[in-house]
Amino acid sequence: MTTSGEKSITIALMDPPYESGTTTTALRIMDAALRKGISVNVFAYEGAVNLTMRGQAPHPNPVKGTSIEEQDHPSTAKFIAGLFTLGADSPKLEWVNCGLCVDERGAGECIDGPRRGGPGDLFKFSQESTNTLIIGTR
Amino acid sequence: MPGILSIVERAYHGTIEEQDDTILWLSHMIKNAGGDVSVLLRSNAVNYAVKGQDASGLSIGGVALGIPPTLDNDVVALSTAGVTVYVVEEDLSDRGIGNDELCDGVTKVKRSGLAKLFDDHDAVWHW
Repeated sequence: MTTSGEKSITIALMDPPYESGTTTTALRIMDAALRKGISVNVFAYEGAVNLTMRGQAPHPNPVKGTSIEEQDHPSTAKFIAGLFTLGADSPKLEWVNCGLCVDERGAGECIDGPRRGGPGDLFKFSQESTNTLIIGTR
Repeated sequence: MPGILSIVERAYHGTIEEQDDTILWLSHMIKNAGGDVSVLLRSNAVNYAVKGQDASGLSIGGVALGIPPTLDNDVVALSTAGVTVYVVEEDLSDRGIGNDELCDGVTKVKRSGLAKLFDDHDAVWHW
């Protein structure tokens, strides 16, 4: 928080998993920020609420003939769980999934860490953060 | 001439998470299922045909991407499987991509030849 002298960044995301390179870049920014001691606030809006779904599962690749183990398929939920480990205390990762977006997608089963919220949380985050990065769907 | 021409133009969208390009993968699966398919790489997707791409080393939150995408190898694999992979010649030159940078198995086509290429196929799937 800027008021306490600590830096923080707010990031708003809209893209669902497996659809956009911007999501990967955003996750890399979060990783870099947390490693520099900068707290991160995330507002996941629309399809981005699916990024943290608990049920994401790896799969084999029939084109390459690889098994689940050989393919070692990543998931956004696994990446984000790792970010929560980095941002467990100070710096802190806060992640809010838009509740209405969750409901309309049936995306309520998420990993540990994110909480349900709404646009008011994005506004509050932006007011309390050093800066805000909006990454919309294109 | 195959029945389906799949056009790929959006490049590197989700390829890290997917470990490949979804449409190259889909086209390969259709070929494996007996489909007659070819692929046209245009716009930024022509970069998929540049050999020697290396997306390794990514780690997020301490979770490493063990198997990164190798899109040039995927293009070669498509070609080896019997899928003709076209690339738009002007889209290569616009990006400064030379012939010596291209992987094996791609066929260049000029923009002026696209209409005929489309006409030569039964269906055009523009992703």
